[in-house]
Amino acid sequence: MAEIRFDHVSCVYAGAARPAVDELDLTVEDGEFLVIVGPSGCGKTTSLRMLAGLEQVSSGAIFMGERDVTRLSPRQRDIAMVFQSYALYPTMSVQQNIEFPLKVAGVPRRERAARAREVAEMLDLTEYLSRKPAKLSGGQRQRVAMGRAIVRRPQAFLLDEPLSNLDAKLRVMTRTQIAALQRRLGVTTVYVTHDQVEAMTMGDRVAVMRDGVLQQCASPRDIYLRPCNTFVAGFIGSPPMNLLPVPTAERGVRLGAAVVPLPRGTLAALNGDREVILGLRPDAFELTSEAQDAVEVHVSLVEILGSEAYVYGQAAIDGRATDIVLRADPVDAPEHGAVVHARPLPERSHVFSASTGQRLGS
Amino acid sequence: MTAAGIAGRAQTAGWRPARVAARLRRSWPSWLLILVTLLFTAPFLWVFTHSLESSAEWAQNKTVLWPHAPTLANYRAVLFKDGFLTNVANSVIVAAATTAATLVFGSLAGYALARLPMRGKSAILGFILLAGFFPLTAMIGPLFKVMSRLGLLDTLTAVSISDLIYTLPLATWLLASLFAQLPEEIEEAAMVDGCTRLGALRRVVAPLAAPALATAAVLSFILAWSDFTFSLSFLQDESHFTAPLAMLQLGQTKFYTYYNLTDATVVITALPIVVLVLVMQRRIVSGLTGGAVK
Repeated sequence: MAEIRFDHVSCVYAGAARPAVDELDLTVEDGEFLVIVGPSGCGKTTSLRMLAGLEQVSSGAIFMGERDVTRLSPRQRDIAMVFQSYALYPTMSVQQNIEFPLKVAGVPRRERAARAREVAEMLDLTEYLSRKPAKLSGGQRQRVAMGRAIVRRPQAFLLDEPLSNLDAKLRVMTRTQIAALQRRLGVTTVYVTHDQVEAMTMGDRVAVMRDGVLQQCASPRDIYLRPCNTFVAGFIGSPPMNLLPVPTAERGVRLGAAVVPLPRGTLAALNGDREVILGLRPDAFELTSEAQDAVEVHVSLVEILGSEAYVYGQAAIDGRATDIVLRADPVDAPEHGAVVHARPLPERSHVFSASTGQRLGS
Repeated sequence: MTAAGIAGRAQTAGWRPARVAARLRRSWPSWLLILVTLLFTAPFLWVFTHSLESSAEWAQNKTVLWPHAPTLANYRAVLFKDGFLTNVANSVIVAAATTAATLVFGSLAGYALARLPMRGKSAILGFILLAGFFPLTAMIGPLFKVMSRLGLLDTLTAVSISDLIYTLPLATWLLASLFAQLPEEIEEAAMVDGCTRLGALRRVVAPLAAPALATAAVLSFILAWSDFTFSLSFLQDESHFTAPLAMLQLGQTKFYTYYNLTDATVVITALPIVVLVLVMQRRIVSGLTGGAVK
């Protein structure tokens, strides 16, 4: 087990205009479960593949513990990887698949069988040991891929979107199983996904990437409560945060008829900006019947999800018709076509610079 | 379903003509298949029948389906006289050498074309295919010159090298498309699991490629075994002849051609191919239709 450190790591593909990964600086602590999340093409998988040794590092260095592994081949790094497609060996049985890393390492047959059995029990695969991968369901294949990874007791687990080929229900179940397994084994884990729910529920920390650049790396709670820029703010959270360009006022910002007061620190950080981006999650509003200090929203769509409802509509903000999402109580959710008054909650507001998109204030 | 079978069933059903007609209408694809199969096998059956005739019976030319007194005399004559076995051995050498070379170069080329990043990949593949379809007769002359320069005239090597012109493009295409189909992640998984690149090829890719390799091997062997033109063009000494070439001379005397003897050599020459195809039938079909691996 070891700490993993990316030290200004870049990856430039031949002929590409911009690097796939740009100066990635990131430390995964010993035993930590780090999730890298971002939209497709953001460089998350490339980062993982560089860590695995499957992709050339163009510049920078990767350390595992004290060891510089930048130029080492995959087999010299003592890592285990679960691929998106699982990449099971089709000609081998489940047992042979799980044993394969041990066989390559020259572990005697009897010990191999014992360890494979132990792993199979852990993953509920005992009755499938003699089957070929083609005869397994998606969930079972996924578990075999996990088994092949953990049988080695490697320095680190690398998981590349291991749940994206499972159906929704199984994905939720497997998500908790993987997280629990990682906590039990205590092996440093880097997990790549494009699904922000996986990122938020599984990781000790979440690293958000965009266009090859690391945006923010923090605990799920911090990422949600204090996103560092408009991209992270919009990417994490569902439905996404409302990002509204608004003019500044004396003690805050003007949102339609309402003035949202800002804390002193944020006001100081405004630096004389005339316009900022106000970030309000759907739950950062209070629905009222009074028009005072509230935004008038014309409801165009209502989604009732059971325990909560989301109201999609338009509001006139700073003279422009702007799309806005609000959370409502499903019991008395407004109807399609209604007009509701939404009063922003100042303590749940985020402010970002209109020019750089960076968070202003604390 | 045979005609007798249809008639028999029709009888038990009480001879209703409408019903028989309906049966016949529904079974026409089977009849068509039987007809086509007969069309393809008839020449071979004809050859086989005559290979069992004595020379006397052959001269009378009366045999229709089966000789009056079938005999293995022709086979004895062919196998134990006239050095035909040497010619068969030559064919085995040529076909085996061609197959081995095809597999080695074809799999390396196929792997490289499928996996390595390179410019003009499709142009190279296209050119390889073109070479494989180039008219045979147009190549004989230049090849003859090349072989003569290399001092390879009248050697089996010349025939084997020339056979590669047809077998290698076939194998390269077959294997390139197989390797392209194999997910690269399987090799990467093997490398993460502790293999070197070559180790991953040996432990993980080779077992997956086995069916396609077998297909390529069988097809190369058949192509090389059946070659006639190259042997005719490059071989001069009768002891160097391959079986198809020697076939031509056996049974020929100055005044008369004993086709019953020739027919026996045809059967002997065709037999290995027939056996090979029957044994490997499923592999060949699955290899050719791709998706041999899923």
